[in-house]
Amino acid sequence: MNDGLTRKRLGRAALNGAGIVVFLFAVFPVYWMVSTAFKPNDQIFTTEFIPFPSPPSLDHISRVFTKGVAGHSIWQYLLNSAIVAVSAVVLGAVFALLAATAVARFRFRFRTSFLILLLIVQMVPAEALLISLFTMVKRLGMYDQLIGLVVINVGLTLPFSVWMLRTFVAAVPKEVEEAAWIDGASRFSTFWRVLFPLVAPGLVATSIFSFITTWNEFAYALTLINDQGKYTMPVALQFFVGQRSTDWGGIMAASTLMTIPVLIFFLLVQRRMVSGLVAGAVKG
Amino acid sequence: MTTHTSTAARGGGNSSAPARRPRQSPRRSSGLPDWVVPYVLLLPGLLVIAALLLYPLYQIIDMSFHKVGLAQIKAINPRPAEFVGVDNYTHIFESDLFWPSLRNTILFAAVTVALTLILGTLVGLLLNKLGKKMSMLVIVGIMAAWATPPTAQSVVWKWMFDSDSGVVNWSLNLVPTWLSELVFGVSDWSGHPWFNSTITIYFVFVVMVVWGAFPFIAVSVLAGLKSIPSELYEAAQMDGSGPFTTFRKVTFPLLKPVFSVLMVLSIIWDFKVFTQLYLLGGGTVNRDAFNLSLWSYAEAFSNPPKMGIGAAIAVVLTAILMVITFVYVRQIVKTEDDIR
Repeated sequence: MNDGLTRKRLGRAALNGAGIVVFLFAVFPVYWMVSTAFKPNDQIFTTEFIPFPSPPSLDHISRVFTKGVAGHSIWQYLLNSAIVAVSAVVLGAVFALLAATAVARFRFRFRTSFLILLLIVQMVPAEALLISLFTMVKRLGMYDQLIGLVVINVGLTLPFSVWMLRTFVAAVPKEVEEAAWIDGASRFSTFWRVLFPLVAPGLVATSIFSFITTWNEFAYALTLINDQGKYTMPVALQFFVGQRSTDWGGIMAASTLMTIPVLIFFLLVQRRMVSGLVAGAVKG
Repeated sequence: MTTHTSTAARGGGNSSAPARRPRQSPRRSSGLPDWVVPYVLLLPGLLVIAALLLYPLYQIIDMSFHKVGLAQIKAINPRPAEFVGVDNYTHIFESDLFWPSLRNTILFAAVTVALTLILGTLVGLLLNKLGKKMSMLVIVGIMAAWATPPTAQSVVWKWMFDSDSGVVNWSLNLVPTWLSELVFGVSDWSGHPWFNSTITIYFVFVVMVVWGAFPFIAVSVLAGLKSIPSELYEAAQMDGSGPFTTFRKVTFPLLKPVFSVLMVLSIIWDFKVFTQLYLLGGGTVNRDAFNLSLWSYAEAFSNPPKMGIGAAIAVVLTAILMVITFVYVRQIVKTEDDIR
């Protein structure tokens, strides 16, 4: 046994120990959410520590679907959230792809001004525009309608989508397109048949990012929707909190169901998201 | 094109692929002149940004100088808003909510940004050192925290800090009574409330936001670390540099651009947190716990609504944020000019 080796092993053990601590700190709240969702009420409202549900019960999960909250099954809220998020993402993707192609592929007079504009509007807190967008939506007769939320989420996610997507467009070698040009392809078919398939993975990543933002959006959904049947999931969640007692089992079941799609998407695009955020910001 | 011909001549034959791509694209099948294309592509996006971000920005400034109430925001026959000059601003600066909410906003952002960056960087460095399996495990774990929606985050943390059945009070009860008395001044944690006073609300709020935000910093720092050539570290090691010096002299300078971007992004995010505070503090009940965005919301959507005052607060918030992030925009614009 030599000293260096032991020290190396000790160092490794310390690192792994730190890794476990970080893992537990990160995962525990999520675990606690899921585990509470599967506990019967007598294991929830207790001063004891019950690490996992024994036996697991599906009461809360089935209750939030059948009886629901605020008069509707949470299917309704999940559906509303999905309608808003998917519509906003599809619309936003079209606008973002066109604009990203313009700034990544062409040199034109106001290009730099447009990029600066994109940066500046990203600095404006969405919460600050809440009041004026509320009055605007109201004036246009889109208050209390999902379409209002769709439109607003397109606006809120677009600057970032363009910013992120342009790095993906710029990464496609120009020669590929020029080859198509030379073969006599039209402008549109070059875009559609050559550029689009190559940018598609980036477009998917960007769209997932917008989806998550829209799916999680709370402030606008809270102020622009009054009809309970049109609530999105984040807004519906707070109705589990009662005047005197909170339905912790129900709220944890609903939170878990709401987190699942986001978690899946996250694991899918994790790598691209980081490179898009940081690269887009650093390299410009 | 002269270059083209000369290359072909030097090549001595007719190669099927052109040796040099012509600078101008050779054929136009659509009628649009070249210079119009980028503007056409840009137009839809620009319209969206103008209608949904620029116009509202103008409108919020305009509203902050007007008295806007129920009669002005009706869908049918809205009455014109009365111009009140800077009254809304004097009102908010003289309000006894101004300093507390400004203080809450700034202190929260400062503490949270600092903690998030420190913890995130440490975890990023750790991930870089860990073995493959272990780092994979930790990455999956922090992804779970990062992916949790802000609303779900808030209810889970509220549940963990519940006074009667919360897991936090349970674990604090495990601390020996004399020690707990000495450190916290509380001997029995059963039923201890966390959401009654501003200080403890903000304590939970900070821990929760740091928990949700450090994964992004960690993964970004890790991506940056991977891009640093290992020769630099070998050289540093040969020169006898310890881990701390290596970080200060090698890692930090190289990752400086990454850190500055992460810092500005964190400031932007933490300066205006609305969702989590709204849910932790139980809506707009607890006025002492307001930050600027919650205060703005509370004024604008109170009964009766005071939209002009809410707008003025939003303008103040935006102005502060703009000043702080101005440096960042300038830096990016500078690099933008160098690129391509």
